[in-house]
Amino acid sequence: MNVIVCVKQIPDPALPGELDSDNTLKRDGKLILDESDSYGVEMALQLVDNAGGGEVTLVSMAPTAETSGLRTALAMGAAKAVLVSDPALAGADALTTAKVLAGAVGKAGEYDLVIAGTESSDGYTGTVPEQIAEVLGVPSVTFAKSIAVDGGSLNVERQTEAGYDEVTCPTPALVSVTAGVVEPRYPSFKGIMAAKSKPVDTVTAADLVVDSVSWAQSITAVDDAPPREAGEIVEDEGEAYEKIVAFLDELKVI
Amino acid sequence: MAIDNIWVFSQVADGAATSSTLELLTKARSLGGSVTAFVAGSVGDAAGQLGDHGAAKVYETGDLAGALPGPAVASAMQAVLDGGDSPDLVMFPQSYEGRDVLARLSVKLDRTVLTNSTDVSVDGDAVSVVTPIFGGTKLVTSTFTGEAPYLAAFRPKSFEVEGGAGAAAEVAAAPVPDLGSTAGATVNAVHVEETSGPKLDEADIVVAGGRGLGESEKFDMVEELSKALKGAPGASRAIVDAGWVPYSYQVGQTGKVVKPTVYIAAGISGATQHMVGMKGSKNIIAINKDSEAPIFGVADLGIVGDVHKVLPQLLEALQSRG
Repeated sequence: MNVIVCVKQIPDPALPGELDSDNTLKRDGKLILDESDSYGVEMALQLVDNAGGGEVTLVSMAPTAETSGLRTALAMGAAKAVLVSDPALAGADALTTAKVLAGAVGKAGEYDLVIAGTESSDGYTGTVPEQIAEVLGVPSVTFAKSIAVDGGSLNVERQTEAGYDEVTCPTPALVSVTAGVVEPRYPSFKGIMAAKSKPVDTVTAADLVVDSVSWAQSITAVDDAPPREAGEIVEDEGEAYEKIVAFLDELKVI
Repeated sequence: MAIDNIWVFSQVADGAATSSTLELLTKARSLGGSVTAFVAGSVGDAAGQLGDHGAAKVYETGDLAGALPGPAVASAMQAVLDGGDSPDLVMFPQSYEGRDVLARLSVKLDRTVLTNSTDVSVDGDAVSVVTPIFGGTKLVTSTFTGEAPYLAAFRPKSFEVEGGAGAAAEVAAAPVPDLGSTAGATVNAVHVEETSGPKLDEADIVVAGGRGLGESEKFDMVEELSKALKGAPGASRAIVDAGWVPYSYQVGQTGKVVKPTVYIAAGISGATQHMVGMKGSKNIIAINKDSEAPIFGVADLGIVGDVHKVLPQLLEALQSRG
């Protein structure tokens, strides 16, 4: 079974985000593997293991040639990667991103399944996986918390607002997975060493014959949100709970 | 061209429109022009309700027979568009189904999308939306620059609901065409995770727990406190990812957006991802050991202290009041 995983390299979310002069997110520093993609990588590795053959291929897009985030996923066990690196893609919208990643999927070879996170931790548009599915012309299941293979089809547990649904879907297909559904493995030392020599095929949007790299939206203003009025902060010395009771009392909710 | 034909992706459950649907219809009606509700499934008795909130016309796909709505509803929308009824703006809720249909439609029509928005404005031919970023500390205004239809998704509770728009809407069928190679994802069974008490996104009081609770068993304190306050328990992404509580508890960017009268954050530091989901609460109480935690920046009452001490004391005080 061959699984392709879409991964994103993002600025470290632990650092405060900054905007560039064109009001897009600053991405010129070190980029790391988006944690929400590590679950998809883990799920893909498990599916390939269980199938007893095949491999996991990564596809990714970045305005720079940065590969450190990809190396993390290769160290986990992915076999190879296709990186679309093109300054023309800086600030790309979700539709352009989906066209580019679908092009990269085509370059990555035959697949049974494409896996993506439900949304990135930095841009979080939340539409890219389903857009990729439409560009590829395959069915899709979004918000999956588990995937099992049953012959030529998938049994997926799909998160819903009230619980979850059991969904079947023929392959090839695209499935987006929610964070926290599996425990991503830590790369072993051997894995980290092996990742250094795994193939990363770096291409441009033009190489993938993606015609349009323009997007029909522009940022017209960035304003500070009105701040919330500062509240009362108290140090607990054993009686702070009384403050809470009094606060709730005043609101007449108790 | 003015913006005079707006569609709203609409969902109906148990004979009533969802609150997101009514929010978007109310807002669409305020933008002028005619409003159409595009219903995923059958509209049934909810046609009157959709009309009362602003829909002059309703398209219904009819029963989807278990098919996930993404490709099905987007294809039905495209068929109506090809038939000549072309909207200037299509509004979607930032829900699971809304996102899927929006995404499929954007590729079919080759149109950009703007999502996670909390406001929309129309100025002549221009449509702009506002999206909070960096945990809601900055507001980005983006304007569509290409050709209509413009496609946008809005966070729940961005707009007030107001009825009184008038008569029941006229209903027309918008059947799902053959989906070809994109067909096949089908729901076989539905599981509802039962919770007692009010629903998280409708509760007047929400008590949410985070990593500061230390271990999963300590979430019981959050459950008990929410029960004592007749509220709903919620959670940060960190402890949902850690498997302490189901995803349906999650408040935040990837979870539910809540705006209760009182939000109590226990052991939650206030990551951007979480703040987005609760910043609109009317009153916020935060309890956290770390006085530098960002959650104190939005708290009306902040307690710098140990949740393991403060929560039991608070619970006892509330219970002794009867």
